[in-house]
Formats: sequence, structure tokens, C-alpha cells
Amino acid sequence: MSKPQEIVPVEKSDLVGIVAELFAEGYRLVQIGCTTLPEAYELTYSFDREYRFRNLRFAVTKGEEVPSISVIYPNAFLYENEIHDLFGVVITHIAVDYRGTLYRTAVGTPFSIDNVKLTEAPKQKAAVPEEKPSAVPGEQTG
Amino acid sequence: MGWFRRSPWVLHYNATSCNGCDIELIASLTPLYDLERFGIMNTGNPKHADILAVTGSVNEKSRQVVQTLYDQMPNPKVVVAVGICATSGCVFQDCYNVLGGVDKVLPVDVYIPGCAARPEAIIDGVLKACDILEEKYAQWKKMRRQ
Amino acid sequence: MAHRNIIPFGPQHPVLPEPIHFDLVTEDERIIDAIPSISYVHRGLERLIEKRDFLDFVHVADRICGLCSFMHSLGYCQAVEEIMGIEVPERALYLRSIWAELSRVHSHLFWLGVAADAFGFESLFMQALRLREPVLDIFEETTGARVILGVCKIGGVRRDIDDDSLKGIVIRLANLKAALEELGNVFINDYSVRHRLSGVGFISRDDAYALGCVGPMARASGLEIDMRKLGYAAYKYLDVEPAVETAGDCYARCLVRVREIFHSIDLVRQAAGKIPPGPIDVKVTGAPDGEYYSRVEQPRGEVIHYVKGNGAKFLQRFRVRVPTFSNIPAMIKVLKGAEVADVPNIILTLDPCISCTER
Ligand code: SF4
Repeated sequence: MSKPQEIVPVEKSDLVGIVAELFAEGYRLVQIGCTTLPEAYELTYSFDREYRFRNLRFAVTKGEEVPSISVIYPNAFLYENEIHDLFGVVITHIAVDYRGTLYRTAVGTPFSIDNVKLTEAPKQKAAVPEEKPSAVPGEQTG
Repeated sequence: MGWFRRSPWVLHYNATSCNGCDIELIASLTPLYDLERFGIMNTGNPKHADILAVTGSVNEKSRQVVQTLYDQMPNPKVVVAVGICATSGCVFQDCYNVLGGVDKVLPVDVYIPGCAARPEAIIDGVLKACDILEEKYAQWKKMRRQ
Repeated sequence: MAHRNIIPFGPQHPVLPEPIHFDLVTEDERIIDAIPSISYVHRGLERLIEKRDFLDFVHVADRICGLCSFMHSLGYCQAVEEIMGIEVPERALYLRSIWAELSRVHSHLFWLGVAADAFGFESLFMQALRLREPVLDIFEETTGARVILGVCKIGGVRRDIDDDSLKGIVIRLANLKAALEELGNVFINDYSVRHRLSGVGFISRDDAYALGCVGPMARASGLEIDMRKLGYAAYKYLDVEPAVETAGDCYARCLVRVREIFHSIDLVRQAAGKIPPGPIDVKVTGAPDGEYYSRVEQPRGEVIHYVKGNGAKFLQRFRVRVPTFSNIPAMIKVLKGAEVADVPNIILTLDPCISCTER
């Protein structure tokens, strides 16, 4: 339908530099999102200026440290704490570090690799005709 | 519906509700539905309250709050679970952080169904709660006399 | 002598319909720091994608928040539709815009009421909520529900509104407008309202931008951020004009919302005049394979729904970033330096919606 969104893969080591550049260009931080992949976490930083939506993306493995960008964008601290609490990604030097108390959940880091069960992509045929609700294309892992 | 000798005050707490039931609870207190005509008032202070209306299911953090609020209320007291979330957990019952209905933590006297519970249902439920309150009050008085 | 105290505010507080907790560090009457603590209503619904397939998940998205229920399902559906390349029929787009704007009216009216209650103007609270009921009646007639509409689905909408009803809705909204003008006048001109709100909770344009404010909060500080300008749903065919104020205080935020109510009523009128005939949904086959960030303007600001799928019926990831989450840093900033007595006002004029924030 519309054109794909701008998602730029970056290196983790370049993150702070690129973010600082974006800040200087007058972008605002829209969100920081995290996605659990089978073996890693994928972090996405979204920015916007006058409705232009740009995303930076990189992957980190379990236990890898990620630098905080809350020195550049002060509002990043909430997102970073959230990612730390829900995913267990280690983010260093957050301006206001809650140390895992922002979200108190029944299970620790509920979105971490060990907790999330991802479904596998269906094999070959993408479009499976509608069947009974119990029939799930592809198998569920775990 | 009994004859009220008291006008009970309602304390509302949002355990993990989506807001839908809260706004309906507030709507039922405002002019169109007007729960206040029964002498029922919304209060923010647990020590003034007779009826605890809980919306939403309880989670790890809100269970303590619900428990504290309940403990702070004077006897006799009635708990009303507003909406399906408070009754059983609604679509969220499979969530990792949802314990289930309010009855996992408190003794619930009245369950109000609906997602969101309609103001009419809320009024009906709160009036039922008034009857129960009346009964509890009578029992409590008897116990005190002994 | 200044003496430091920590005053806990919330989670259960008379002015707050929802639980949020602040530790307010005060020196005498002045607040020098505010530390928010959330997760009282954290449910963890993002992980429900493991248990509900992407078609059923609309019902969960509907229940993220009661006040903007429709916008959440809209955002979610839009994201999935973008991934799957579904062309939603135009009539459905218009209907979505109509319901979205009606949601905005009812949400803002509710907010005006609660805010009035916070500064102790109870009759205004009652009036605002009384005037909100006609909007809910329209919802009930057109969707069958008052709050959780459940009318959006992937590929279109579940119900149609016939043309006569649409005309009726426009007439009823026009009548409502007269009553709302009276109510709006009280908010805008009443001495005590001004006294409580003017100059309180100021946030400058630059701060608002740097702290990532969205929605009425940003617009009250002079920033023109309104996702409706992106032209999702039927907004590309309508004249959207964001209400922008420059004062940046609680009063300006109030004004923005009052103006938006009227603008939304106008948008409904425009949409009802232009809506084309046709089908209201398309059949959906297959499953989403790809990712998309859908951005929708909610009553409280920009909301982001991120959907990622790999072709299976169960999604890989669903994430919502709601406007309140984005506004919390600004809320902290505004609270610093404020007086304790103004805290309820400040928090309420940001219109926090906690159940979306914590999901
Ligand atoms: S029962 Fe429905 S409306 Fe009420 S809190 Fe739960 S999800 Fe929301």
C-alpha cells in the first residue's frame, strides 16, 4: 500500500553518535522498542521530525551492554528502564535508573528470550485458507 | 430493594482495569443515571467508605493496595467486583501478570457482569450491595450485643 | 527553614481515576523532585499474542484502554493491514474516522469533567458528564456498546451506519454543540477556573519538544504535532486543523481540548457529508509477514502500534507506545517547582491514561 518505513540498521557502537546527530538536526525521540528474536534482542529507536519517521535498529545478544542515550534525549530514561525491566537488556548509565523497579511483575523480565515463545514461520505456503480456529499454520515451539 | 437507613459511600479502586469500567462507574454517578439519588456517594477515603468497588483484575502490585484499602475500611463492608475483569480476568486472564478476579484476594459479595459493565448493571449491583450491607450491619450489631 | 519531606501521591487518590504513584520530594510547599512509580495496572497484554491469533487480537487491542478503545483497535488494524497490503474500502475508512472523532469528543468531555472535579468545580463536572451521554448514545446506536466499541476489524469495520442515521448524528451533534458552547465558555472565561489554571504547570516549547511531548500537551506549548496530518483512515479527505496554543500552561491545555471538541464535531460533519457508498470490509486471507509502525492520533496524542509477524497466525511482537508514556518526562519536569496544592491540577491537565501506559 504505502512505501515501507525507513528502518536503518546501525552498529551498536555508532548509536550514541548517530543519535546525537539526529538530535542536532531537530528530531524528537518517538520511542525505543525492543523485540525478542529467537537468539537475540532487536532494539529500535524511532525519531520524527515534521512527520518524517526514521528508525535505527541493531541487535544485541543476551547480557550484552547497551549505552544509554538519556544524556542526549532526557526522555529516553523511561523507555530504557522499561526495556531493562521487561526484557532484561542491560543498559548502562541511564540518567534516572530505577534498577528494575519501574515494573514489578509476577515473573522477572517477562519478555526475555527464556520466557517468550515465538511461533515458527509457516513452511512454504504462506496463505493457508481459513480453517478451524484450532488449526495453526506452522508449529508452535515449546 | 430494601429500605436504606444508611446512605453508603462507595470507594472505587482501579486494580488493573482498562478504564472502561471506571468511566462507566463514574457515569453511573452523574446526572443521567444518578446513583446519588439513593444517597450513595463516591468517596476517595477508605475510612469513610462502606462499599469497595473494584474494577479490573488484580496483579502483583495492586493486590497489596486492594488489601490495604479493604483493611482500612470500617466494618461492616461489602466488596463489589465491577466488570468481567474483576470477576474473572476477561481477555487478560492468560496474561503473565494477571492473577485473576478480585476474589483471589478479597471476599467478593456482588459480581457485576459486562465488559464494560453498563451503568444500569452497576446501579443494580450497588443496590444489591446495599442490601448485603444492611444484613451485615444487622448481624454485626447482634454480635456486638452478645 | 526549608525542610525536606517526601510526600507520597497515589496510587489511590481522590482526584485520580487511575492508580499512578509519585514520590514528591518537597521543600516546604514547593516540589523539588518527583519520582513516578508505575505498574499498578501492568497486565502484560503484549505477550497475549502468543495465545491469540492476529484476528482475535483486535479484541485485546480494543481493551487496552477504555477511553480510546476505538483508536487502539484502529491502530492495530492499520498496522496489520499495511503489512498484508489490504486495501480497506473507502466507506470503512470514513466510518473509522467518524468513530475516532466521536471518541475524541467523549474522551475530552470526560477529561473536562474530571479536571473540573480536580479543581473543586463539581457542578461543572456533572454538566460535562451529562453532555457526554448523547455521544455515548450515538455509540450505542451505531455499534451496540457504550465504551468498548469492538467495531473495528482487520480489513474494515463490523457495522455500517446508514445514511439517514448519519444525518441524524450530524443534527444531534449540532444540537449538542450549542450546549457545549455554554460549557466551554465556563472553562474559558470563568474567573475561578482561570485563577486555578493560568500560569500553572508551564512548559516551554523547546522543553516540550525535547522531552517528547505529544498530543494536546505539545499543542498547548505551540508545537504542531498531530498525526491526523499523516492522512490515515479518511483524514486525507478531510480538513484537519490542529488546535495550537502557545501559552504552555494548564489553561492552554484546557483551551486546546475545548477547541478540539468543536473541531471533532466539525470533522464528523465533513465526513458524513463526503462518505461514499460501498462495502465496509474485505475478506482477509493469509497472515501478516513483515513489520509496521502505525501512528494514530489519540485524544491524548500520538500512539504507536508496532506489529511484527512472520507469516504465522500468531504474531511475533506487538508493542504499543501510548501518549501518556511519552508525556511522563514532561510531567516530571512540570511538577518540579510547582506547589503541592497544584499537583492534582497539573497531573490532570496532562490527561494521564495509566491503563494504556502500563498495558
Ligand atoms: S471488564 Fe472490559 S471494560 Fe471493564 S475493565 Fe475489563 S476490559 Fe475494561
